Amino acid sequence: MKIAVAIKQVPLRDHPLRVHSAGTWIEEGNLSFEINEPDAYALEEALQLREKHGGEVIAISLGPARVSQALREALAKGADRGIHIHGDPATLDTLQAAHLLANALKPEAPDLILTGLQSDDFGYGQTGVVLAELMGLPHSTIIMQVEIEPGKVRVKRELEDGWFQHIEMPLPAVLTIQSGLNKLRYATLMGIKKAKTREIKSVHASELGALPPASLTIDKIYAPEKGKQGQILDGDAKAAAAKLVEKLRFEARVL
Amino acid sequence: MSVLAIVEQRMSGEVLAAAQQFGSPVSAYSIDLPYTADAYTAAAEELIRKVNPALVVFGHTYQTRDYAPRVAARFGTVLISDVIAAKPPVFTRQMFQGKFNADVRLAGGGPHFVSIQAGAWRAAAAPAAVEKFAPSSATSRQVAEPPFRESARAVDLGAADIIVSVGRGIKEKENLPVVESLAQALGAELAASRPICDAGWLPMDRQVGSSGQTVSPKLYIAVGISGAIQHLVGMKGAKTVVAINKDPDAPIFELANYGIVGDLFEVVPALVEEIKKGKP
Repeated sequence: MKIAVAIKQVPLRDHPLRVHSAGTWIEEGNLSFEINEPDAYALEEALQLREKHGGEVIAISLGPARVSQALREALAKGADRGIHIHGDPATLDTLQAAHLLANALKPEAPDLILTGLQSDDFGYGQTGVVLAELMGLPHSTIIMQVEIEPGKVRVKRELEDGWFQHIEMPLPAVLTIQSGLNKLRYATLMGIKKAKTREIKSVHASELGALPPASLTIDKIYAPEKGKQGQILDGDAKAAAAKLVEKLRFEARVL
Repeated sequence: MSVLAIVEQRMSGEVLAAAQQFGSPVSAYSIDLPYTADAYTAAAEELIRKVNPALVVFGHTYQTRDYAPRVAARFGTVLISDVIAAKPPVFTRQMFQGKFNADVRLAGGGPHFVSIQAGAWRAAAAPAAVEKFAPSSATSRQVAEPPFRESARAVDLGAADIIVSVGRGIKEKENLPVVESLAQALGAELAASRPICDAGWLPMDRQVGSSGQTVSPKLYIAVGISGAIQHLVGMKGAKTVVAINKDPDAPIFELANYGIVGDLFEVVPALVEEIKKGKP
């Protein structure tokens, strides 16, 4: 069984971010990056499915040169090979990004394509769904469990308020994976060594067919307005804690 | 700009209100079929071709997330998802987990597609009438089984007066006693944001947020929770919100009545001590 996993590299969580001078993206200069969290779970699920059913795992990522680091990490964790589409996802909308992924994956004809349910940066939450449409495959989203059966896949899909639903569909299919459905592994030293011998194929976005026209443009990105009603209690921990207890007792009257 | 609202039960009033703000005339439909992604994608496509609107509006529900991007792609465009405000043709949505807003402008020909965030619009006082749409066919590769809940919830956070809720800032499972002692001092229920339950540090039935429980206690103390929208929708009904976080830009402070910017490992023990002081 051939499983492709689409991963995105995003700024490290909790890294302070600044809007760049053009105001339409962030300053990337001093940032560190990591694999988008739900994509890391998608990769883990692919590795576990391969361990159960055999086959190969291909990690694919769209992004600038730094993305090779995310692909190396995927290889170190156990992916068999990588595909790096050189392009700038910050300037692409989801249809354009999915178009590049679809055209890179079509010749591979994977049995299953996994990706995270959304990215920590744009957070559109659509790339997997649009990829399925462009490849003509059935899909399901926000997946908490994947069971492969002959010729088909049975998944547990998350709904709101603690509800779930089982869905079955024929393979090949595209699934978007929810964080937390498995336990992430760490790359071992052996894995890191092996990864060095594994192939990362480079493709430039311009080799993957004419992009569909942009469906949206970003006017600007900005910090949201600060809320008005909140009071920040300052001082050292002890002083702030004392103020808070007083406020909760005598102002909010909730203690 | 003519607007088509495609509504489901969840968020229907809000979607109709947003549709009325975005343009006119507004037509509103619900799709009269059991849900699968394929069936709804085909039905929405047929409906849109029939109504021929300039803009299609959805609620940003789990169902919309499952099929609406596919419908938009079928029309050669993208869904502007999880919109929090709008002055068409510009729509505002959050990025980077709520750290930034982005003003996004529609480009190209229509129809355009937008989904609105839960709670961002107040349900319409005089909503448009919703018609049922029965598509001409309903083939689907997905076969759906009835929704179910995992075992009954052991904890009903909805009934709690005071909730102490913990997020990624706690760093390790071994640190949980720090917040447990605060919950104990307040006689509060302990809750958590999703990553804590995903990691198995607390059981899933203590999760607050869109996929967990929705709570409205008198007092909600968010410790080390940055405040991703998926968490905020579960607790914004709380009467008084306290946020303790080391990042002054964390979105949770937007919602907090009282905030302390600092190291939770210093602030929480100090808070426990203060609370105990006042007690006989």
